[in-house]
Formats: sequence, structure tokens, C-alpha cells
Amino acid sequence: MWFFIVRRVLYAVPILLGVSMVVFVLMKMVPGDAADIMIPPEAPKEVADMIRARFGLDQPAHIQYLRWLQAMASGDLGTSIFTNQPVAEELFGALANTMKIALPAVFLGFSLGVLLGALAAYYNGSWLDKLFSGVAIAGVSLPHYWVGMVLVAIFAVSLNILPGQGMGPEGFPTTWEHIQHLILPVVTLSLIPMGVISRLVRANVLEIRSMEFVSALQAKGLRGPRVLLHIMKNAAPSALALMGLQFGYLLGGSILVETVFNWPGSGSLLNLAIFRRDIPVLSATILVLATIFVVINILVDVLQALIDPRIRR
Amino acid sequence: MATQDTIVVPTPDAVRRAEAGKGYWTRVRERLLADRVTLAVMILLACIVLMAVAAPLFATHDPLASSVLARLKSPGYNGHWLGTDEVGRDLYSRILYGGRLSLLCGVAPVAFALLIGGSLGLLAGYSGGMINSLIMRSMDILYAFPSILLAIAICGMLGSGLGNTILALTITFIPPIVRISETVTTQVRSAEFVEAARASGARPASIIRFHILNNVLGPILVYATSLISISIILAAGLSFLGLGVTPPDAEWGLMLNNLRQAIWVNPLVAALPGAMIFITSMCFNLTSDGLRTAMDVRI
Repeated sequence: MWFFIVRRVLYAVPILLGVSMVVFVLMKMVPGDAADIMIPPEAPKEVADMIRARFGLDQPAHIQYLRWLQAMASGDLGTSIFTNQPVAEELFGALANTMKIALPAVFLGFSLGVLLGALAAYYNGSWLDKLFSGVAIAGVSLPHYWVGMVLVAIFAVSLNILPGQGMGPEGFPTTWEHIQHLILPVVTLSLIPMGVISRLVRANVLEIRSMEFVSALQAKGLRGPRVLLHIMKNAAPSALALMGLQFGYLLGGSILVETVFNWPGSGSLLNLAIFRRDIPVLSATILVLATIFVVINILVDVLQALIDPRIRR
Repeated sequence: MATQDTIVVPTPDAVRRAEAGKGYWTRVRERLLADRVTLAVMILLACIVLMAVAAPLFATHDPLASSVLARLKSPGYNGHWLGTDEVGRDLYSRILYGGRLSLLCGVAPVAFALLIGGSLGLLAGYSGGMINSLIMRSMDILYAFPSILLAIAICGMLGSGLGNTILALTITFIPPIVRISETVTTQVRSAEFVEAARASGARPASIIRFHILNNVLGPILVYATSLISISIILAAGLSFLGLGVTPPDAEWGLMLNNLRQAIWVNPLVAALPGAMIFITSMCFNLTSDGLRTAMDVRI
């Protein structure tokens, strides 16, 4: 088991190096460099050169990459060229806000997805199966930013019972006033994981149900729900793996939902950085989100191996 | 798989096929025609595509003609079947024209990714060894980005526009397609009928052409159809963020973005472009499901 974990973690090193290279190359493909955005066009050439030298922009690309990588790896994520604040501060505050909606959303999506998928497979072919499968396929086909708009139209505009914009007061959500801001974004975000997971669980349960050990359990005299429990145990690792992946997608993909709800998370930060052409914020945010995604993938693999020894190889 | 006359060892599937007296694709077509839901969905999809492609024929108004007096009117107002948008343009005509760009952004990236990713996967699966590791490990790096983040990163750095949107989505879709075609190719490569073909002196090119491609094509097409649905949602999402198609061109995501504030005034009109994204994407997903069932030889 330890060998498996160590090997898995070591494999992440070249991946992360590759990720940093992709981000750096994208950064260098931006028309004009960071200095062009900071330096007014009428500034004399000496001043421009001085600023370039100060940020190391006069160095060859590979030196720039190594310096940038060194800074990133040591936790110095750079300074925003727009607000002059350290990127790390802004980014981790925003990430915490994103977590507030992404974590509940992934749990809601996972629970609903497993429930719908298992029931659909259990009553395979019935109207219940058709209904739940329909809900699941709608979940993966819905543009969630549009669902967010529709929910705002219904619950904030027409019924006026839930807030449609913003996050409410700062801090950890405990009061109702705080929690009600969470409801619409969380429901919106949970649709995709719900659809994806319930489709996977349904297919898995159907496949496992036709295996021999299930007939053996039934021959032993176990009744429906108990058999389903055994089946679910076998379907759990892949569903958990998918949940981890979906969580990663939510962190990256919440940008759309955050835009709809004016939620001050990492997605809004990314959006703002793109329109301000704030390259340090943009590249650091992308790098950190991708790193989190890689870490989540490792955790998922380890979790899977813990549940199912066959995966450890 | 109509041209598999080099098969030496009859697989159980081949036996069943011979008994039925029909080719694989003939049976797939028959099963598709018998599946009423999928058939209905495919017809609906064909209608959406036709109306978008032939938008000038079906449109009732100029999609760019605005009117200060007729802003955000409900469906049915003064000959505007679906109402008007925030600057008084006819929504029905804009949805038709918008379908052109939305469908293009849905299909083009998948088609490009299919060509590039499919070939890379075939190459990786067929050659194995170093080439396989090189290709698959580079894909792992692209896999380390959550898909929409990669698309946003590329569009955000390179700037908005139709070309960059298609480029960003193409790069996003290459890794999963490579993975599928590599997996299937590796499986098929060691199958008995490929061994037999190799033993009887077939060259790699013809083995790939007749055996591997025929087996890889099915799963990849099913997957690509479901990718189109994701591509439409993502492309519209990029435009929704202001990173995709640029105004005043009509595109569903961009229209949704422009109508965002109108949700407080006329929610029904503001929701319409999003409904089109949903319906089209659902059609592609259902078609993909239907194709998968029809192509599943086990049933």
C-alpha cells in the first residue's frame, strides 16, 4: 500500500512540471509582455528597459521559466500588476469562497447521483428507471450557467424568497441569512455531478448485478435490498473516483456559475484577471487550480486503492 | 466491418453475423431505425441543423436590425415570434443565425480533435513502447487541467474570437480521444484476427485500415457525439464569459450573456437562447446513447 502511494505521488512530479510548462508557454503567448501593460507608451526606452530588467523580462525564456518556477514552488505567487497586492492573498481568499459552494455541491450531487442511479438500476426498465435516467441525461446536458439564470428568475425575481446575487456576510456560513445565499449556487453546481455520477452508478450496478456472485447471494437467500448493498460496495470505488474528478471540475468550472451569481470566488478572480490582462494573477490561479486537481486525483487513487485492494497491483 | 474477408479465425461474433447473413453496420442501422426515441431525437437534431444552416430562408427579420422602441418584448409582439432582445432585435431570427456559430463551435473542435487525437491514439496503440509512453504521458499533462479551465486558460491568454475558441476546445478534447483510441487499438492489436492478418503477410497500413480503424471507429464516434454536446455547452459558456465569439455576431452563449440583465425584466425572453443550448446538447447526448446501444454487440 505504501509503495502504491509513494509511486503515485512521485508520478505527480513530472506531471506538475509539465503543467507548469504549459502555463508558462501560454503566458508567453500573450500578445505583449507584462511590461507592455505597465509601461505607458510614451515612456522613454531606458525606463522601459529598466522595468523589463527589474522583472527579469530581458532574460532568455528558459531562465525566465526557471525563475518563475522557483518563485511559484517556494510559495511566492507573484504580485498583481493591477492591485499591486500579493497574488497568494487574493487567490486563497477566493478559493475559500469557491469551496463554500463547491464542497456542498459535490456532496449533494454525489448523494443524489448515487441514489438516482442505484434506484434506476434496481427498477431497471420501469417508468422510474426512465424518469431517473431522463433526469440524469438532462443533468449532463444542461448549461449550468443558464440554469443559474433561470433559478434566479424564479426564486429571486418572481417569488423573491432567496437572494440571487452575492455571498452575503464574510466568514463561515452559520446563520440562515448566510446559508440562504448558498442555496441557489450550490443547487446549480450540483447538477452536473448528479447527472454524471448517476449515469455511472446505473451502468455499474447493472453490470455488477449480472455477475455470478450476485446469483450466489440470491441462492443463499438474501433479499433485494441486502443484495443491492453488496452490489453498491462493488460500485463504490469508481463512483468515488468520479466524485473526486467532478470536484476538480467544479473548482475550475465554477467560473461560469460564479459569474451568474456574482460569487467572489476563484472563478470570479480568474474572470477579472482575464479582462484586466493581469498575467501574474491569471497564471498563478491557473497553476494553483491545476495543482489542486492533480492532488485531488492522487487522493482519489489512494482512496480507491484503500477500498479495493485489486487496484494496488 | 463489411470488408473483413481476411478473417481466418471466426470469432463468436463473426459466426453470429454470418448466421444473420448481414454485416455489422447493416444491423446497427436496423437497430437504430427500430429505436423510436433515438430516431425522433435525430430527426429533431437534423431540423435544428437545417434551420441554422439555411437561416436566411427561415428567418423573418434581419438578425442585426435593432429598434429602440421594441426592446425586450414578449413572444408574439408585432410579428416577432419569440419576442425581441435588449436592443430590439428579432429573437427568433437571431436564434436561427446564432445556431450557425453555436453548432460550428460544437462540431468543429470535436472534428479536429477526432482527426488529431484519433491519429495520435492509433499511433500510440499500434506502435507501443517509447512512442506510446511519449504520447500518453504528454496527454496526462493536459489531463491535469480540469477541461473548462484549460479552455478558459487558452482563450484568456490568447484573446477572444471564433478561431481561438475552436482552438481552445480542440486542445481540450484531444486527450480523452487519444486515450479511447489508444485503449481500443491496444486491445485490437493483440486480437487473434489481427495476428492472423499479420501472419498472412498484411502490411501495417492495411491492418490499420481494415481491422483497427473499423474497430476503433465505433466507440470513438459514440464518444465524439457526446463530446459535441459538451463542446456546445463549453463554447457557449466561453461566449457567455465574453471569451468566445465577439458581438454583434449572434451566438447562443453570447445572446444569453447580453440578456443576463433582462432576466429581471422579461425572464421568458432572457431564458430562450439557453433553452436552445440545452435542447441541442440533449439531442447530441441522446443520439450518443442510442448509437451506443445500437452498436453494442453484446445485446
